[in-house]
Amino acid sequence: MSEQVLHYPIPNEAALEPPAEWAELRGGCPVARVTLPSGDQATLLTRYEDVKKVLADPRFTRLLNAPDAARLSATDDGGLFNSEMAAIIPDGGEGHQHWRRLVGKWFTAKRMTAMRPRMARIADTLVDELVERGAPADLKAGLGFPLPVYVICDMLGVPAADRDRFSYWSDTLLNLTRYGKEEIEAAQAEFFQYMSGHLAAKRAEPGDDLLSELIAAGGPEDGGLEDLQILVTGMALLVAGHETTANMIGKMVAMLLSDRSRWEALLADPSLIRTTVEESLRFDADSGFGLPRYLREETEVSGTYLPKGTTVVCSMAAANRDESVFADADRMDLTRSPNPHLAFGSGAHSCLGQALARTELQVVLEVLLRRLPTLELAVPVEELERVEGLAVGGLRTVPVRW
Amino acid sequence: MKVTVDEEKCCGAGQCVLIAPEVFDQRDDDGIVILLEAEPGEEQHAAVREAAAVCPAAAIELTGRD
Ligand code: HEM
Ligand code: SF4
Repeated sequence: MSEQVLHYPIPNEAALEPPAEWAELRGGCPVARVTLPSGDQATLLTRYEDVKKVLADPRFTRLLNAPDAARLSATDDGGLFNSEMAAIIPDGGEGHQHWRRLVGKWFTAKRMTAMRPRMARIADTLVDELVERGAPADLKAGLGFPLPVYVICDMLGVPAADRDRFSYWSDTLLNLTRYGKEEIEAAQAEFFQYMSGHLAAKRAEPGDDLLSELIAAGGPEDGGLEDLQILVTGMALLVAGHETTANMIGKMVAMLLSDRSRWEALLADPSLIRTTVEESLRFDADSGFGLPRYLREETEVSGTYLPKGTTVVCSMAAANRDESVFADADRMDLTRSPNPHLAFGSGAHSCLGQALARTELQVVLEVLLRRLPTLELAVPVEELERVEGLAVGGLRTVPVRW
Repeated sequence: MKVTVDEEKCCGAGQCVLIAPEVFDQRDDDGIVILLEAEPGEEQHAAVREAAAVCPAAAIELTGRD
């Protein structure tokens, strides 16, 4: 395997299963040369220890716009989150930590507990609408996709009437394959303009929301953020938190229904919800591209020398199946604990919204188990199809009945 | 069991608070971990071990036997 260059992402037929190559790579070639869709070369990491270490190592930066960094695809400049936003929100060091702590206070465990009833109400209303329209239904479109946008809109103080526009923007900005360049640029401009107006309104009349509070913290001289940073933070939270969570809701429910004994175990014992959410995050074989990093100085990973300027791709999904860390890694075990999976990354950049994402996933399960205990897939598992495209993995639709 | 936390490393993910709320809390103004109980009782040990294992910043350290 060491001489042959592998194409990445590794093509995979079965929607919920990992490709056979993962186990081979972890075992025989944990630091593998791969060719990206752009034709550029990168280094793929698949072992748990390596992925975890590299993601937390500041020498592996997110500066994928460096001239000698590998491009992911021929057309993509690394995605919105990596390019323009990264230039405005500090990528590392004290600046990043400062930003993270200002925004992070909105994502504490306590805040999430306080938001839970409101999330459950949103989920209940969405399930009402599903039931009204009748089975079969697409659980992703009916519940997975709207719930996270509605929750983020609440946090940002965006009025309910504008939530569907947010959905559209978020979808357009991330769906690099579905929309054309012009459409994406138009959506980005509209979104930017909307957020500028929204911030001006919050400045005039502050509310109990994240943006009002970031404004109230003052400018950089007072320990707060610049106006543009506040605006981009608002956009970044939508972009980072929508598609990821929406797809995870769809995949989690599909994994649980694909072997209905899992669903039944949860019905019998809903106290398994917390560990089930963690295990779904770990077991997700389609988490997307993984995390690319650009190496600023030479180093070594698992005994392999990496020169300065190397682009590394960390496959968290492959690492999450590493038998040396997870006993019976290819079995979905709803009671697994502790479950130190890497679905949210690791270290200083690990997902800022993870407490929110976890709470949303838990609430979705609680509400579905309570409202639709007879839930089942409306198509055979083999017919579930993956979304094409680079950034976030997910299923095209999740057809269910009850 | 003795617990120490590293505020510099902590990224405010709140995992510890969700798992062991009697031992960990988070500051309201930036989400950084607060250690409530440096020598938690026996009944907390399993939860504290789990919190330390899943902390994304490896900011929780356990020392001492058991
Ligand atoms: C299941 C859902 C989610 C998954 C799997 C996920 C995954 C990730 C991962 C792997 C990273 C690390 C990126 C890196 O190291 O370069 C990340 C970062 C981030 N996520 Fe999430 N995420 C999810 C939901 C959310 C939500 C709901 C929000 C907020 C509303 C959010 C906000 C962020 C932000 C702001 C960052 C950047 C943090 C930083 O650079 O310090 N995510 N996410
Ligand atoms: S789990 Fe770790 S990073 Fe998260 S709040 Fe606790 S100590 Fe900090």
